[in-house]
Amino acid sequence: MTYQSRADLGGQEGFGRVTPEGEDELFHAAWERQALALTLAMGATGAWNIDMSRRARETLPDYPALTYYEIWIKGLQSLLIERGLVGPDEIAAGRMLHPARPGLPLLRVTDVPAVLARGSPTLRPATVPARFAVGEPVRLRAAAVAHHTRLPGYARGKTGHIDQVRGVHVFPDAHAQGLGEQPCWLYTVVFTGRELWGSGAAANHTVSIDAWEPYLEPVS
Amino acid sequence: MSRDHLPEEHTGLAEMELHVRALRTVLEQKGYIDPAALDVLIDTYETRIGPRNGARVVARAWVDPAFRKWLLEDATAAIASLGYAGRQGEHMVAVENTESRHNLIVCTLCSCYPWPVLGLPPTWYKSAPYRARAVKDPRGVLADFGVTLPAATEIRVWDSTAEVRYLVLPRRPAGSNGLSEEQLAALVTRDSMIGTGVPKAPESVR
Repeated sequence: MTYQSRADLGGQEGFGRVTPEGEDELFHAAWERQALALTLAMGATGAWNIDMSRRARETLPDYPALTYYEIWIKGLQSLLIERGLVGPDEIAAGRMLHPARPGLPLLRVTDVPAVLARGSPTLRPATVPARFAVGEPVRLRAAAVAHHTRLPGYARGKTGHIDQVRGVHVFPDAHAQGLGEQPCWLYTVVFTGRELWGSGAAANHTVSIDAWEPYLEPVS
Repeated sequence: MSRDHLPEEHTGLAEMELHVRALRTVLEQKGYIDPAALDVLIDTYETRIGPRNGARVVARAWVDPAFRKWLLEDATAAIASLGYAGRQGEHMVAVENTESRHNLIVCTLCSCYPWPVLGLPPTWYKSAPYRARAVKDPRGVLADFGVTLPAATEIRVWDSTAEVRYLVLPRRPAGSNGLSEEQLAALVTRDSMIGTGVPKAPESVR
């Protein structure tokens, strides 16, 4: 089965201009506040991890037609249904029709400040040395993979160099598939605009991505 | 999963309100959510965690060289010393604009954004036009924000593809000597900390 992310937008043409907005415009409808809160509260139960939620959102078939909070709500429903926490019939009916799954940790109001302050750090202890050093040239994996990944399409097969070594972090490709954290070294890799976009790009335009070691191969 | 139970494309506003209310009711009846926690989550990001936090970080870096150095070396710790930490800001990196380099932050794959210092991402940051174009045509994006930089300025775009969250340290405006740290913070806009804007002119707070 092929995997298709519909969220990998970097470098695509045809979306038009950006529409700036003021700092006070956070929501455009009351339901968007609820979408935010429901997503954060259910995320805090630990029924899935952030990489699984990104996988659920980016594979929504109608992703391009949805607003961002619509994507969040549809992604949340998809995760709830996949895990049998909620039935589609219950969402349609707007009430509980089946027993709840017992033992799901509840985000209580008194825990909110501490949970937000703690976050979910992804840095893990290093068990092997980093394979690449700052300044070293690297090529990004060219092949597509049949699962969630954080390697943007525009960087596939491109050559850049190591700008920073960020430590050992949870590997989202594995984490999104329920294969555990499989932490590995994370690097900031910088590319010239010309490497990514061709000779028309300005000479002083550079782009960096954060890339895990399995995405990288040495350049001889 | 059946499409019948999901909101249709171009769903009306009223329909979406009803749909999300229905989902919330189910989750509440199942005991998966504490309704009071939802209210606190919304209030936190509407009134307490927003770009004024980041503006205080920037103003401190402008007046305190030791803090600026700390911020550029270990942004997570420096920012935490002002009381800002946690969700979607666990691993912070600050990138400094200089005369020769301007930094621009994007997340082409979703909407990664430094919540503890900037709050919730604006709609345009999460939109297809910004995510598609920021990496390829940053000067075009800047023009959409009314910002023009000298042709000689390097533009460095940081695509937030991991859990590292980036904060732009904008350049301190000329003529801002003598302003208090609080007045300086008032010059720092949200967009200047993403890289789609520059700080306000000092005259705006005198």
